[in-house]
Amino acid sequence: MDAMDDIVREFVVESYENLDQLDRDLVALEDQPGSRALLSSVFRTIHTIKGTSGFLAFGTLESLTHVGENLLAELRDGKRPMTQRTTDVLLKMVDAVREILGTIEKTGVEGSADMSSVVADIQTVLDDPTGGANAEPEEEPVVEADADVDLDDEDDDVEDDAEADEETDVAADETPETPAAEAEAAPAPKRVVKRVVKKPAAKAPAKPRTAAKDIAAEPMPSATLTAPVESGTSAPTVPAAREEAPAAPESESPAVRSAADASIRVDVEVLDALMRHVGELVLARNAMTNIAGDLGDAALVRASQRLSLIATELQQGVMKTRMQPIEHVWSKVPRMVRDISASLGRQVRLEMIGQDTELDRGLLEAIKDPLTHLIRNAIDHGIERPADRAKAGKPNQGLLTLRAYHQGGQVVVEISDDGKGIDPQIIAAKAVERGLRSAGQVANMGSQDILQLLFLPGFSTAETVTNVSGRGVGMDVVKTKVESIGGVVDVQSTPGLGTTWRLRIPLTLAIMPALTVECNSEIYAIPQVNLLELLAVDDKQSGVEYVGEAPVYRLRGQLLPLVDLRDVLTRPARESLVDSVIAVLQADGGRFGLVVDQVRNTEEIVAKPIAAAVKNIGLYAGATLLGDGSVSLILDIPAVARKALDIDLQEAMANASVEQAAATTTEPMLVVSVGEGRQVAMPLGAVTRLERLPASVIENVSGASVMQYRGKITPVVDLARLLGDGGTYREEFAVVVCTRGDRTVSLVANEVVDIVECATVDFSDVSGYGLLGSIVVKDKVTELLDLKAAVTSADSSFYDEEDAELVGAGSEF
Amino acid sequence: MQHQLATFKLDNRLYGVDVERVQEALRMHTRTPVPGASKEVAGLVNLRGQVVLLVDLRARLGREPYRDEDEPMMVVVKVDGEPVSLLVDQVGDVLELEADQFGPPPPTLEPALRDVVRGVYSLEDGLLLSLDVDLAARV
Repeated sequence: MDAMDDIVREFVVESYENLDQLDRDLVALEDQPGSRALLSSVFRTIHTIKGTSGFLAFGTLESLTHVGENLLAELRDGKRPMTQRTTDVLLKMVDAVREILGTIEKTGVEGSADMSSVVADIQTVLDDPTGGANAEPEEEPVVEADADVDLDDEDDDVEDDAEADEETDVAADETPETPAAEAEAAPAPKRVVKRVVKKPAAKAPAKPRTAAKDIAAEPMPSATLTAPVESGTSAPTVPAAREEAPAAPESESPAVRSAADASIRVDVEVLDALMRHVGELVLARNAMTNIAGDLGDAALVRASQRLSLIATELQQGVMKTRMQPIEHVWSKVPRMVRDISASLGRQVRLEMIGQDTELDRGLLEAIKDPLTHLIRNAIDHGIERPADRAKAGKPNQGLLTLRAYHQGGQVVVEISDDGKGIDPQIIAAKAVERGLRSAGQVANMGSQDILQLLFLPGFSTAETVTNVSGRGVGMDVVKTKVESIGGVVDVQSTPGLGTTWRLRIPLTLAIMPALTVECNSEIYAIPQVNLLELLAVDDKQSGVEYVGEAPVYRLRGQLLPLVDLRDVLTRPARESLVDSVIAVLQADGGRFGLVVDQVRNTEEIVAKPIAAAVKNIGLYAGATLLGDGSVSLILDIPAVARKALDIDLQEAMANASVEQAAATTTEPMLVVSVGEGRQVAMPLGAVTRLERLPASVIENVSGASVMQYRGKITPVVDLARLLGDGGTYREEFAVVVCTRGDRTVSLVANEVVDIVECATVDFSDVSGYGLLGSIVVKDKVTELLDLKAAVTSADSSFYDEEDAELVGAGSEF
Repeated sequence: MQHQLATFKLDNRLYGVDVERVQEALRMHTRTPVPGASKEVAGLVNLRGQVVLLVDLRARLGREPYRDEDEPMMVVVKVDGEPVSLLVDQVGDVLELEADQFGPPPPTLEPALRDVVRGVYSLEDGLLLSLDVDLAARV
């Protein structure tokens, strides 16, 4: 078996499954001839088979399904009515497809069966605009001669039956008054058997006779009973009989297991039900563990531990039955990438890392479309044309990387390209143009927030419609789809360097690990998928700083905005952060710290649906039952983040610092590192925002440095250069943004070091150009920046407007 | 035409809902508050493994909501096939009522009640306000 065989095998199994569905659909179609949904489903199935057979170079199969597809397309578009005749030829086609598949399954090639007659039949119907509604029943097809291998004859029998007694109904055939139907239908299964015997004979020549007898004995009775009943819509019986039949001889030739035998295909619904029950079991187990713990009876505790163990294993086992490697979805990517890049004139190299990462089958299905969309998007909008790439100094061939890995009980799937990246300016402008955000709102957003606008409904960029992407499936659909499975999607992009889309998906839907936390003596669950780490706040509240009134936590050099769960849930305010716990959470591409009273436990929880009245609040993803039987709400972390961080921290900060400046003699100072080991402090109150940005954002316009920031071109002051220390040359640096009225100036430094309280009288007089003096911060001499001079050096009219509100105390320096 | 109403009391006033829609009446379970919800949402309870919404009927009918120390009763009704629990002061009998006892809601009815009261049955010892279950449970 080489790799090709696996693909073919999968195709065969998948197609068989599709054909069964197709049979049902076609039959159902006769009852509801106008059903768009059914027609579309049938069309898709045939389309899929056609597509794949083309790919695998099964020419006959392709030509057969091609003409069938044409017919179906007309039906779907309402160009012709669904008639008995149409159904017949379609079923005929299904059977022919099935036969070819059978041959492929056995031999790996299509075989030489002549399908031209079937093709011709369909073509005849196709050429007749009435769909053969009034036409005379067709004569026995020519293929009759080929009786024992060809499928057509039994279909024709079936057709004859149908025509003989019109739409035979159940009542009619239960009474002996229609012996014709029964008599005529009976031979059909016989023929099936005959044909079936032929096929296995080729492969298992050992005892074809016995096999034949066995088969004949089996399907006959049931077939005789059912065939007349369904003769009007006879196909399902026939294939069913045929499917049963080959199984028997299979056992006699154990050398090759057929594709169908290699695994059991289980209805996903059965697995879903099983999973639900396991979910309930887990809850019962949690309750049991609780009670056992409370009672303290040693025997009970032992029993509950055993139960616990078994429940866990069972849960893992059931989960495993549903797990599939992501390769199942990815296997189609290389060709897709090849086709898309060819049609768009791009050169793309595809790298896939972590193909064997497993996740729940249902989730795999659910991410198929988002993934496809993101890949198309990456090639279409991300990776540039070779010429443009060359201009940008990149290799002609773009790189598209798919990466999947497990992280903290979830699966992360990344789609990265090294293309042109996404320019927040353009996104912001577009959002304004589409009326999704006002210019004012956009101006106050960070670039990361602006990228999130991509996920707004109605953002889909209509003018970029190509046949590859932009066909109305916007990023909002991707986001909705991913969030509907409890996942999160975010995007990171560096203009000029590339874009990474990251999907974080739970391993399974039914049961999720969660952290239970306490807030005002109430218990809430936080899905582990959002949780990054936990921090305990000590007596001294070390690490907690205040930007204005808004608390932030300094976590490994980065400032983390803090959101108090008590505030979010409008519970009595917390008196002090001491002894509280900060859960560092990831949501919508940003991190924040959620302050809770205490952490209780990590628990496996089962999300239960909640009433719309609760869902609509927009804070809860669902509810779950805890071990003690009480209900606990599951926090919808992305929603909490959106809600809580909406309150403009910057605004609060600016207001607060004005008050502070008036009332006290100490000042919070922002300390940044500049040049080679220098530290510079500036009044925090004058700072509107801190950003970390790549060096590439800075552009030179007629000798002055500028950058695009929130839709505006803002002058840039390199502090190192200003202070006579060369310049700041780093890949990424800290940007201190000062805004006054509608004017903005950005100061560039190496890193944000700290925020310190500093008495304004401490200044020593040692100063140089652009400096006011120096202070000591943590044993290190820190120069005090003359912010006004620094800002004015880039924008001389920054402080000109007399009536403009002073943004912060900084203007006093 | 006879009509069966499950009755209950709120502030000594008698109300009734179609008995067909009532699943059961229970003593109050431990409820989980839902911060951020409207005052009509009294919380969630675990009803045999199902998470059920509690509707504070007093709040819904424009009265003071129940306080934490109150011990209301739960009347579990089916809305769109899903159980919803109405909180009431006291559960009463199921009454068989004749059509001729029925009248339209009096025009003097408080506005908050007018939305959800279908009509009034006059009983020997007073009035029974018939509530529309779907509207009463909608919060």
